Amino acid sequence: MNEPNACPDCLRRARLLAHLAPYIEKISSAAPGSRSPELLRLCNEDLAAAAAPKIAVQVLAEVNAVPEQRLRSDLLAAHCWACCRHDPAFPPGLGDAADAPWALIGRGDPGLLDRLAPEEAVTIVGARRASTYGREMARELGRELAAAGLLVISGLAFGIDACAHRGALEADTTVAVLGCGADTAYPASHRSLWRRICERGLVLSELPPGTGAWRWTFPARNRIMAALAGMTVVVEAAQRSGSLITADLAADLGRDLGAVPGPVNSRASAGTNDLLAGGACLIRDGQDVLDAMLGPGVRKAERVGADLDARLRAVLTALERGAETSDAIAAALDLDGAAAGSALATLEALGYVSCSLIGVYSRTLLSAPAI
Amino acid sequence: MNFQSRRAARTTRRIRLHSVAVVLATAQTFTLDGISARPVRVEVDVHRGLPAFSVVGLPDAAVREARERVRAALVNCGFEFPLRRIVANLAPASLRKAGPGLDLAISVALLTASGQLELGSSIAMVGELALDGSVRPVPGVLAIAEAARERGCAAIVVPAENGPEAALVEGLDVICLESLSQVAALAAGEWTPPRPRPMSLDRRQGETLPDLADLRGQRHLRYALEVAAAGGHSLLMVGPPGAGKSLAASRLPSILPPLAAGEALEVARISSVCGRLGAGTAGRPFRSPHHTISPAGLVGGGNPPGPGEATLAHRGVLFLDELCEFRRDTLEALRAPLESGWVAVARAGAWRQLPCRFMLVAASNPCPCGRGESDPECNCAPLAVRRYQARLSGALADRIDVLAAIRQPSAEEIGGPAGEPSETVRERVIVARERQERRLGAGRSNAEMTVAEVRECTLEESAATLLAESYSRRRLSGRAHDRVLRLARTVADLTGNEVIGHEQVAQALQLRRRDSE
Repeated sequence: MNEPNACPDCLRRARLLAHLAPYIEKISSAAPGSRSPELLRLCNEDLAAAAAPKIAVQVLAEVNAVPEQRLRSDLLAAHCWACCRHDPAFPPGLGDAADAPWALIGRGDPGLLDRLAPEEAVTIVGARRASTYGREMARELGRELAAAGLLVISGLAFGIDACAHRGALEADTTVAVLGCGADTAYPASHRSLWRRICERGLVLSELPPGTGAWRWTFPARNRIMAALAGMTVVVEAAQRSGSLITADLAADLGRDLGAVPGPVNSRASAGTNDLLAGGACLIRDGQDVLDAMLGPGVRKAERVGADLDARLRAVLTALERGAETSDAIAAALDLDGAAAGSALATLEALGYVSCSLIGVYSRTLLSAPAI
Repeated sequence: MNFQSRRAARTTRRIRLHSVAVVLATAQTFTLDGISARPVRVEVDVHRGLPAFSVVGLPDAAVREARERVRAALVNCGFEFPLRRIVANLAPASLRKAGPGLDLAISVALLTASGQLELGSSIAMVGELALDGSVRPVPGVLAIAEAARERGCAAIVVPAENGPEAALVEGLDVICLESLSQVAALAAGEWTPPRPRPMSLDRRQGETLPDLADLRGQRHLRYALEVAAAGGHSLLMVGPPGAGKSLAASRLPSILPPLAAGEALEVARISSVCGRLGAGTAGRPFRSPHHTISPAGLVGGGNPPGPGEATLAHRGVLFLDELCEFRRDTLEALRAPLESGWVAVARAGAWRQLPCRFMLVAASNPCPCGRGESDPECNCAPLAVRRYQARLSGALADRIDVLAAIRQPSAEEIGGPAGEPSETVRERVIVARERQERRLGAGRSNAEMTVAEVRECTLEESAATLLAESYSRRRLSGRAHDRVLRLARTVADLTGNEVIGHEQVAQALQLRRRDSE
């Protein structure tokens, strides 16, 4: 396979964005929660004039003066590579967006670019502040879809994003699109996850290495995620959540939009339930995603766990009915604490349930075999 | 006559020259040093000269003030306070003496020096004097009596109120004094003091403790408590406010096995030093410091270093409610003591090693608002929740074995029948502990098993498979793996199995504290 390549003009564009980042921040931060800046559609000269009229000429001259050698050595020093819109390896999905980035700076496996076509990739996004249910759903969706051969894209943020990445890494690989340079882990506490993705997957950004994160770079990052994938799945989002921006952008591009339903009284799921009411595709498991993207029954994501005896089955049913601690299970089924505990641990070992840091259990997507 | 003996003769002559004016007397007493007592010899010299009374030998303020108490007490008891130059020296001079317990010894030495009475030198004495001569109780008499026996004293004079405490020490005559005036009668042999009855360190503790029956419903929590008690495992409870975390923790001492005789004496000595020994304090201690406590307050400190809450909880339960609200450095200070059972407190000029083998029980809310993230009403910011829960996976929490997730009990449970009483649970715990002692040696529990001992635990084949499966699937750390084995061993001890079975490993996996990803 050919090494991805980028022309100096496209690399200079990335550098210009980095230079102008604080100025774009100033004019776009007037409307918080707004969409990706319209400015990014503009050509270099107009962008500089719009973002920083006073120093536009100076900045442009500065960026144009950077020698090509320097552009490439900076990338190499950060262990990154670049792929611009003129390269055949450039992800075709980005061509649909008028404000698509000129170049993608990547770190990790460049071979994944080939698989980064809209029909082979799915974006999973959701709230940073996610419930146990949301995190578990994201993880399971990530795992199932990666196992079914799709490329899972997300944004490395707290909550849903990180869980989707982790789930996908358990089965195969994943792509993270960042709002800062690809050589920087943001948020910093996800450094180990970022490192794992760099080793086994792909990290992408439109900004050159070393660029920090700004408020506007996140909605800008969302437009890339929406354009790369054939379908965007929102796992959990409150109203006015940032992940709804991605959903909006995906809908504008004519991409499929899916949402995982949540309890109707949960604020954390209000946004996704709204999306469903507005006609988004209902996502209950990986199969729903596969059906929506590839057509019903084209690819199967069937996952059935090990056989269960009557007692385990009863515990699983109680958990599905809303008992979420060992104590609640014991009370619901009139078991003693020891019996409920061992049943839950067995189910956890079999992969039917998972447990949070504070002892709250939730059901995974693994379905139990029919009796 | 050689040179040396000539010199000796001259010295003797000089003493004889002044013997009309110099009288020296000594008395044996003790001062507290950490949780043990150190011997102090009081030397009183009554000398001709301007009337004065000075105390030398590193006395603290309370010892220096003894001068006034001794003077008033002597006069009010009908003794004569010699109008001479009096020097009381407290030897060894390098040891800092604290507290009013030296009053009695100083006054008796003074009386001896001024020729008013004669008391055997193998009698130790301790006590604070009131101005009217009555003898007031002092802290740490148990430790002092033990030190007196070790030093070979035949008898010890203690304040009457401390008598039962001192009488716990065998092989030592205890003389209870109510007033300084009794000393004269005692010295003259006209008064035989009654021998005090040793106080009861009720090892069966019994009915005064709150009972586990008050915990209604909450079956899993009850089970977690039982396992924690049976193996001496530390326990973390996470749940919303008002769900019964504090209630459960306060019931824990009632299901722990009774203290052995030696342990009971250790506990009594510590509470005696802290001045808390009295009726109703017997049995395993239960300490629950407020979360604003400082590191020194928790593990001991100050100058001279004194015991902290960890030492006060020795052989009992240390309950940290609202674990996430404790200062980080405070919790960090507990780490080494938790492992070793000792805390070494070093301050300028003093170093103490204090025992603190306690069972750690902690409680926390699931998030800052307490409702828990799965509750739709919970409005905590994600970062705040992460920060909050990060403290549950810190270095201290790493040493916690059992996690109990707690939920609000339902109305039927609260209104329902009382749970199993402590008595029956304790019997099961005692049986499990006996099994452990047979395997590990006296006084040891599963929680203290070394890595080598953990490896020796035998598992059924299906149990080993389950553990191996969880190890790879759930990415358990090596430490978590051993923790599961220790817990499984305790569960098997509770059910009486020699070999750990599938069921026991499953329960241990469920009970274990989770690590963050």
